Amino acid sequence: MPHRTFFWFILPSALAMLLFIAFPLVSVVIQSLHIEHEQVIITTESCGPFGCTPSTAVDLEATALLKEAAPLGQWNGLGTYLSRNHLATAEVAEAWRSSTGLASFGSKLMNLPFYKALAFTMAYTAVVTPLVILLGLAVALGVNNLPKLTKGPTIFISLLPMIVTPLVGSLILYWMIDADGILGKALQWVFDDPALSLKASPLLTWLTLFTYGVWSGIPFAFVVFYAGLQGVPEETLEAAMIDGASRWERIRYVVVPYMGPLFVFVALIQLMDNFRVLEPIIGFSAQANASSLSTEIYGDLLGDNVQYASAAATSVLTVIGVAILLTPVLVRTWRDFNRKVV
Amino acid sequence: MNMFKTAALGTAFAVLSGTTAIAGCGIAAGNVSIIANDFPAIQAISEAAKACAGDGVTVTANLTKEHQTLNAPGMTGNPAEYSVAVIANSSIVPLLNDGLIRPLDDLIAQYAPDLPNVNKVTVDGKVMAVAFMANAQHLFYRADILEQAGVAVPTTYEEVVAAAEAIRAAGIMETPVALNTGAGWNLAEEFINMYMGTGGELFEAGTANASIENENGVAALNMLKELTAYSNPDFLTFDSNATQALWEAGDTALSVMWGSRGGPILDDEGSDASIVSSTVLAAAPTFGGNAIPATTLWWDGFTIATNISDEDAAASFQAMMAGLATEVVEANQDAAVWLNPAYQATPASAGVVASAQSGARPYPMLPYVGLMHTALGENLAEFLQGSESAEQALADVTAAYTTAATAQGFLQ
Repeated sequence: MPHRTFFWFILPSALAMLLFIAFPLVSVVIQSLHIEHEQVIITTESCGPFGCTPSTAVDLEATALLKEAAPLGQWNGLGTYLSRNHLATAEVAEAWRSSTGLASFGSKLMNLPFYKALAFTMAYTAVVTPLVILLGLAVALGVNNLPKLTKGPTIFISLLPMIVTPLVGSLILYWMIDADGILGKALQWVFDDPALSLKASPLLTWLTLFTYGVWSGIPFAFVVFYAGLQGVPEETLEAAMIDGASRWERIRYVVVPYMGPLFVFVALIQLMDNFRVLEPIIGFSAQANASSLSTEIYGDLLGDNVQYASAAATSVLTVIGVAILLTPVLVRTWRDFNRKVV
Repeated sequence: MNMFKTAALGTAFAVLSGTTAIAGCGIAAGNVSIIANDFPAIQAISEAAKACAGDGVTVTANLTKEHQTLNAPGMTGNPAEYSVAVIANSSIVPLLNDGLIRPLDDLIAQYAPDLPNVNKVTVDGKVMAVAFMANAQHLFYRADILEQAGVAVPTTYEEVVAAAEAIRAAGIMETPVALNTGAGWNLAEEFINMYMGTGGELFEAGTANASIENENGVAALNMLKELTAYSNPDFLTFDSNATQALWEAGDTALSVMWGSRGGPILDDEGSDASIVSSTVLAAAPTFGGNAIPATTLWWDGFTIATNISDEDAAASFQAMMAGLATEVVEANQDAAVWLNPAYQATPASAGVVASAQSGARPYPMLPYVGLMHTALGENLAEFLQGSESAEQALADVTAAYTTAATAQGFLQ
């Protein structure tokens, strides 16, 4: 394709990407470098149905003048990133100085909201992503071997976790694992412990969230792998059979190499999705035991005082985190691509 | 303050004179667009307000649980998308901070000169909202269970703990206590309730500096921990729906819930007649030898947007006042604790009224209180789980709040 044709061909989507992806990202970065104007506070009295109390209020006129002078807010540089609610550089340094060992440093680190959220986010990503790929492949292989008659219904049922909205799916499971729910009661019976609750301890909550993540992630991997399986050439498989390859060897040496790019694709999507985990934590009311980068952003934007700068900084840190996570996969893809060109 | 409160409240719930009703709507023209939470009392008001529509007057209402995230953006534009926002003590703050709602003094003078003071919410001398209902968290107890365990009705949290222990010891219930202690907004609200009961202030007077790292804060946390020791181990997930469900299932005997749950709990749906008949709503308990009920009083009210024409503002005000007419209150006595002389106190409102009359304090309507609420919600769970000391939890809250308040321009 001549360069000129390629340019015109790609222009509409490049423009759309610029408009809907690049510009918002730039605006988020700019927002994260500013904080709100100084709010001029006046002391006054407020009254309501329950009487009057001494109170404070924002002096709207004085604050409006400040806003007019600097519409973006006060320049804060990297201040928000380094503050206690994000990277907390000063607090981490202090924790390092005052710690007696790694364990005490670790517990001090986990007391800082960003690192606590990062710990869960990384654990979730690290546990859920490989399990989704493995189990997704297993389901795809299993369904592929089913007789025609049962294939359709099985595919439909396997896709259900993906069809259900994540928030609704997690809410339904949340009710089922309640001590009075069917799964919760069953677990109490199995482990013979009437006080067992999946919601009470951090460890069990984490396991529940991981399980949910795998459950809701499998269908996507399954669909992709199942499609890929249809493209694995019969001849090669038959040749391998004639050479005496067992079922496992055929999967290992024929199917898996053929589907290599699909693994990369699913891994990429899953890494990105899992790193942004939000809905299960909300759906399972698990905020006491688990927080993720996304729930931190959600919390900043939900309160009565919306904290845009803080949310923007966490967003940028999330993007950086995703970029770091994806680097190995992308580097690998790039290498493969170059090799093929040669 | 106290004189006003006693005078106002003594009458507000019973015999307050004057009327807020206006016969017919009498609106010439204008657009009314309401954004509000979605619960029965507000549904009744918006239905009545909608009846004003016709002949040059349009009335629309968007009732949604997400109203808080929609009202500020929807009132920022000029002209604003919403002319009326129904809010509470906490959610009025972002609208006040950004100047999105207008003073109502002129409208009241023109269209509702008899509006009682109890309905006026004033900030810095200007009426910014018209309050129409009250709410508060308070004690719900099961008279039959207390009798079975042989304990008197508790009026302090120390007695609640003792009663819970007696119920447990008698083998009636293992976990008789429930509060809305779900991590996040609910848990923060429980702490603020307790803390207000100590007489403490969340902030140093006249500033945005947090002042919770003191013995009052520690006492409030310790009382919460003592109570949750008698709660189901899932207590860090409890919201209003969860505690109501536990109550209606007969799993709890001493709960602290919102007054607005009184109606649904005392109705004949969702529970057993024996549970409903022995459910009693009482004032929020006190604790630590203080006389103040450990709860905060809340009101719901309406505000009018700044960025709309005066005609629309007048139409909006009149439509909302029509929505709050005496007939509406009379037809919906059970829907809320109405701040209206036509309201007859019912058993479902007994707890809110008793709490207010025993001197409970209002939830503070301060520009930065939302930041404190968020910081509390995110930092108290570990203390209740036993993995952190009360002092450390309060230090974490203060640090998180101070960082946030600095970024929001309240602290320098």
